[in-house]
Amino acid sequence: MEFWVGQVFNGISYGALLFLLAGGLSLIFGMMRIVNMTHGSYYLLGGYVALTVISRVSNFWLGILGAALVIALIGIGEWNAFLKRLGGQELGQVLTTMGFALIFQDLALVIWGGDPYTIRVPAYLSGTWQVGNLFFPIYRVFIIGVAIVIAVALWLVLERTRIGAMMRATVDDAEMARGVGVNVYLISMAVFSMGAVLAALAGVVAGGFLGVAPGGDFEILPYAFVVVIVGGMGSLKGALVGSLMVGLLDNFGKALFPELSYFTLFAPMAAILAVRPTGLFGRA
Amino acid sequence: MTETALLRHPRTAAIGAALVLLAAPPLLSSFLLTLLTQALVYGILAMSLDLLLGYTGLSSLGHAAYLALGAYSVGILTTRHGANFWVTLMVGVLAAAVAAAIFGLLALRATGVYFLMITLALGMVIWGLAHRWVSMTQGDNGLSGVPRPTGLPWSVAEGVPFYYLVLIAFALAFVVLRTVVRAPFGQTLVGIRESETRMRTLGYHVWLHKYIGFVIAGAVGGFAGVIWAYYNGFVSPADAELATSVEVLLMVALGGRGTLFGPAIGAGVIVMLKNLVSVYTHRWLLILGTVYIGTIVYAPDGIVGTLRSWLAARRRRPVGVAGVVVNPEGGGPHG
Amino acid sequence: MARKLLVIALIAGVLVGGMFGATDAQKGPIKVGFLAPMTGGGAQIGKDMTNGFQMWLDENGGKIAGRQVEVIIEDTQGQPQVALTKFRKLVENDKIHVATGILFAHIGYALAPKADEYKIPLIYPVAAADDLTQRKPSKWVFRTGWSSSQPSHPFGEYAAKTLKYKRIATIGIDYAFGWEVIGGFQKTFEENGGQIVQKLWAPLNTSDFAPYLSQLRRDVDAVFSMMVTISSLRFPKQYQDAGIKIPLIGAGTSFDEFVLPSLGDEALGGTSALIYSAALDNPVNKKFVVEYRKKFGKVPSYYSETCYTTARWINEAAKGIGGDVEDREKFLAALRKVELPDTPRGPVKLDTYGNPIQNVYIRKVEKKDGELWNTVIHTYPAVSQFWKYKPDEFLKQPVYDRNFPPCKHC
Repeated sequence: MEFWVGQVFNGISYGALLFLLAGGLSLIFGMMRIVNMTHGSYYLLGGYVALTVISRVSNFWLGILGAALVIALIGIGEWNAFLKRLGGQELGQVLTTMGFALIFQDLALVIWGGDPYTIRVPAYLSGTWQVGNLFFPIYRVFIIGVAIVIAVALWLVLERTRIGAMMRATVDDAEMARGVGVNVYLISMAVFSMGAVLAALAGVVAGGFLGVAPGGDFEILPYAFVVVIVGGMGSLKGALVGSLMVGLLDNFGKALFPELSYFTLFAPMAAILAVRPTGLFGRA
Repeated sequence: MTETALLRHPRTAAIGAALVLLAAPPLLSSFLLTLLTQALVYGILAMSLDLLLGYTGLSSLGHAAYLALGAYSVGILTTRHGANFWVTLMVGVLAAAVAAAIFGLLALRATGVYFLMITLALGMVIWGLAHRWVSMTQGDNGLSGVPRPTGLPWSVAEGVPFYYLVLIAFALAFVVLRTVVRAPFGQTLVGIRESETRMRTLGYHVWLHKYIGFVIAGAVGGFAGVIWAYYNGFVSPADAELATSVEVLLMVALGGRGTLFGPAIGAGVIVMLKNLVSVYTHRWLLILGTVYIGTIVYAPDGIVGTLRSWLAARRRRPVGVAGVVVNPEGGGPHG
Repeated sequence: MARKLLVIALIAGVLVGGMFGATDAQKGPIKVGFLAPMTGGGAQIGKDMTNGFQMWLDENGGKIAGRQVEVIIEDTQGQPQVALTKFRKLVENDKIHVATGILFAHIGYALAPKADEYKIPLIYPVAAADDLTQRKPSKWVFRTGWSSSQPSHPFGEYAAKTLKYKRIATIGIDYAFGWEVIGGFQKTFEENGGQIVQKLWAPLNTSDFAPYLSQLRRDVDAVFSMMVTISSLRFPKQYQDAGIKIPLIGAGTSFDEFVLPSLGDEALGGTSALIYSAALDNPVNKKFVVEYRKKFGKVPSYYSETCYTTARWINEAAKGIGGDVEDREKFLAALRKVELPDTPRGPVKLDTYGNPIQNVYIRKVEKKDGELWNTVIHTYPAVSQFWKYKPDEFLKQPVYDRNFPPCKHC
């Protein structure tokens, strides 16, 4: 029993981190049809920027804010200068964003060196809660909390606000939206930067328990892609369910069948794709 | 002979290229010969992907899987069972073809960005196996000690004979793929790329054509993998990485989609870039990244495609003033 | 047009080749090929390695045996295929006299047969795979670093006899280096009365150790962790977060100086065995650490120390043969005969298999002036890769792997 509760908790907390990353990827995917290989770089750079900010001002929250701002600017720049012209051209998107991923990877190495770092988290977020024989690291509870807050906020913005309505309209039919006076350009830019900021947030949060080091970008990117593929592109619900599934599958796979740990992750994914090529909640 | 004439006589160009490749070894230092050999192997892989990307219009992001399957077949069969070249060749190509036959069933249910994502995911399955099925693949350690091919009528232990073996393999792959794309089958693939609906209306079995194309591309990719393992004498999960798949895509796009020979040139450029530029600067990733972006911005039709349209434009205007051709379709943001 | 392109490529190729090949093979500088990752995940270790090597040269006027030295650093990109190509380039175009570097064991295995083919001395200061100097030795390859299980053998005995542990669970990274480190530890620990009761393996790029930590048995005296680089950073923190209070011991790389500055109090008390500690109390090391910090702003890791020593090693050998490194057979023989009594890590010499006989230090992570250091708590002098076993008998057992020695008490 303890084993199961512990593993479920671990799976959910890792899934929560994946949701932050994959939520942004899915948003960019679903709303703008852009395949973004740079997403992992936003995650990595987010962690590094926060590291620098925190080393200067010793405040975790300012670190998150700094990372969000810088990555939003980078994302907007990349989209504005290159990606907005590549609508509907998957190949162009993959290659351009891959090019940026390589450039960012090397720039990060030049700027921050290659030593691994950990982001120091506030004292009240470290430590462990003990319930009976079970231990719940507070930081993991915090990650779950952040994911819930972000999920609710995203849902409210998309479903309950005017901006959200404009975003949905833009996705459904950009021409029509333009016709009724929606500034498609601004809305698209907002969506893209929002996705980038989520990746940066994931990077900072992950920096607290996975560390920040070169290679982090391509280590986690495939997981984010798997989440989006399983959940369905552009679906918030899909990203949420997909993240939890991947988090739990990965956890139980490693715990129960350590030899097959990747297989237990990818095989169910292939099964889902065989039945639903657009993922669980995706629209064709 | 001018470029224009060369363009009009692709056969002359092909024969010329073949002669140059045949005569190359004594002119090159052994290191450059190694790189040329490597470029030819990647050339096979890039041409096989071109069948999908260029001729059928399917962006596959998991093509490294077939390279890895071919390579691991060689690695496992030679180091454990001392298999000769022909056995490994057959098993390697077959393994890749079978995998492609299974993956195709899943991937071809989707198109566009979904196809891209599914092939990425399936590529990760192969990577996961290479990485974790330790008893078979030795995991991250890789399989070392793959000998040079045995069972051939002449020894290919040295660099030059091995180069000619690879050159034969390259020529074979080129001829096979060219036959495929020239045949009515290949023309149908191009038709599908242009308009799937129209081809369906015309009564073609669209899915079956795509499926067969997918399997052929996978099999030739496996063929490249077989040669690749012999070339390195070593197989590792790096062969199956996502980065490798993306790199092959770049080779095809850089050389020119749908030109078959273009991707081979693209492969050559990237191999030289990775191995020669990194000799001069440790910041070669910045340059490689710029090539990725530059290809899409400045040469979306690739080297061969761009040259072709440039020559075509020059032929229309015999006066040697290079005018800026405004593409009426491009430019505007697709918000 | 295709032909024209090829002709251009060909001409360019010949020109480049000519440039490479044109260097004077007469008594010019001694050329050292240095293969290390300069990009990707291992880039910083690659830098630590080249820094160590370059530092010795700088301290000695950039000369080896009175001859100028040219170090040609090639980026392996952490990929065996690239390393193979670059090694060929160094040998065939740069006409190097000796090659060194190499971080990853699998690249070590990939290159070793090539060194024999090219007849070029290839020195491994880092790649630790046991069989490189045990069951698959290469004539032209030897090590100035250590073999994976070398520090583990004494450590297993130490854990059983001095630390008095009876039952230990291990968790390690699932590849040859991890198997060999843990295998060596298990062998001597169990021969001295201990029991390994659980062996968990996590893939190389594991980010979240929680699924393994929740399986970890709690009825043990200690947990042995075998981590490298980023996982060395992740593991102790997640271990502490999981509320586990059992003493943590581990491989040298679990607490090495590469990650120590980034670790926090969670690493305190971590006990491990390695051939080096930056806290070693001898004059050569003290000077080395001070100078290194002055130059590169960080404490040297064993990667830097072994490469620093390798530069000196090459010098010793070249000096012994009057700088005549062109005679490769003579050079190789000289290289294998070098004995250094006073490197930062202590005395070092090679056994007949090409692996150093050297001290193994038992180290404990302690805090001094706000910094973490590996305080040396015990020294095993002059340890061979075969420990107390007879080499030919030891070599009859298979190389340590996932399932060898078998886990009898699991």
